[in-house]
Amino acid sequence: MNHSEKYEAAFVSALGISKDDLPGLQYQGVAAWDSIGHMQLIFALEEAFGIMLDTSDIIDLSSFEKGKELLRKYDVEL
Amino acid sequence: MTIEEILQTPPFSLDKAAKSSMLTERLMSLTQRHIAACPEYAAMMCGAGFNSQSCESYCDIPFLPVSLFKALDLKSIPDEGVFKIMTSSGTSGQAVSRIYLDRVTASNQQKALVKIVSEFTGSARMPMLIIDSPSTLKNRAMFSARGAGILGFSIFGADKAYALDDDMNLDLPAVEAFLEKHRGKRIFLFGFTFMVWLHFYKELQKLARKPDLSAGVLIHGGGWKRLAGEAVSKDEFKLRLRDACGLADIHDYYGMVEQTGCVYMECERGHLHASAYSDVITRNHIDFSPCAFGESGVVQVVSVLPESYPGHSLLTEDEGVILGEDDCPCGRKGKYFHINGRLQMAEIRGCSDTYAVTR
Repeated sequence: MNHSEKYEAAFVSALGISKDDLPGLQYQGVAAWDSIGHMQLIFALEEAFGIMLDTSDIIDLSSFEKGKELLRKYDVEL
Repeated sequence: MTIEEILQTPPFSLDKAAKSSMLTERLMSLTQRHIAACPEYAAMMCGAGFNSQSCESYCDIPFLPVSLFKALDLKSIPDEGVFKIMTSSGTSGQAVSRIYLDRVTASNQQKALVKIVSEFTGSARMPMLIIDSPSTLKNRAMFSARGAGILGFSIFGADKAYALDDDMNLDLPAVEAFLEKHRGKRIFLFGFTFMVWLHFYKELQKLARKPDLSAGVLIHGGGWKRLAGEAVSKDEFKLRLRDACGLADIHDYYGMVEQTGCVYMECERGHLHASAYSDVITRNHIDFSPCAFGESGVVQVVSVLPESYPGHSLLTEDEGVILGEDDCPCGRKGKYFHINGRLQMAEIRGCSDTYAVTR
């Protein structure tokens, strides 16, 4: 899997949603992406890329697109 | 200052004058906002004779009794703006508070919590051992205060494990496996005071070979009242935990679901601290005038966060004493205080207290 596929797979598995729902997806945009789902998503992303996000980035990760931008800080290019 | 600017302020950096002017501006603006958006609140402010012109300080803004959130659905947003309802941890037969959150308020609660707690744990996330059972987070749409506490503090955890199983028994294999996996690292432990004592400390005590938690930092909260029945003081709680598993870095916190995010953390000197985002005022039992430092009174809490519900100025059912302001030996600015306990005749509440009552 390349980085983009890993990134999508983390969303799909952590939130239990379909890949088609991902573009434009916002925090709280689907029932599964609530505050519990958010921490599950963070753990999934960290495991997928072997990184540890700062608390401020966890708070800022408010959409599917925003997450891509934030991961660049951790040298994950998507 | 906007709420964004306030939350950029380091939480223990403002002295009395700077904090007072910031709080007065923000809390007056919140008062106006809730008067405009929450008819019940507006009626109460009217009944209390509130006049924004005669308010010189945030201390003059009327407070609502915290129990009012049990009797009334108080919110300052339309129904479609609600995405989370938080409830207090009432026992069966007691009414629970219902706190309506919109996205902005919920997000600011999390930001404030991170800013405050990072001052005590550092900003690095740590492996997190939760002294509770996984089932606490089962109902996602409606959080109890216990679930909200665990979830809010989870942001400080990288990898996490639960120390108790669903029947509240110590899950020793899980604890040992977790410690083995993270050997040599600082471990973050979080739990409610009574749970830590009853289901963690007391079980550890029975073990011949106890896990080594000397690299751990424990944050616990939710009430001491049930421990009073066990005759455990704050100091003894710390001493015994240190003896049992080497855990020496222990911080109590005071907070409530009605003002989630603005927690009051215990410093190295054993004092609870108000951050720049909230404040405590102690009031005389009879006439509600502010108490002098060192004098016990009913605790009022104010918070800059609540935009979706009129909970920015509340009278709690706790009694406390303010020890000083801006001069705690730990170096943090702001008021520092001690909570004596619940007022007589008040309902029993508090995350760990209500758990104990229902057993």
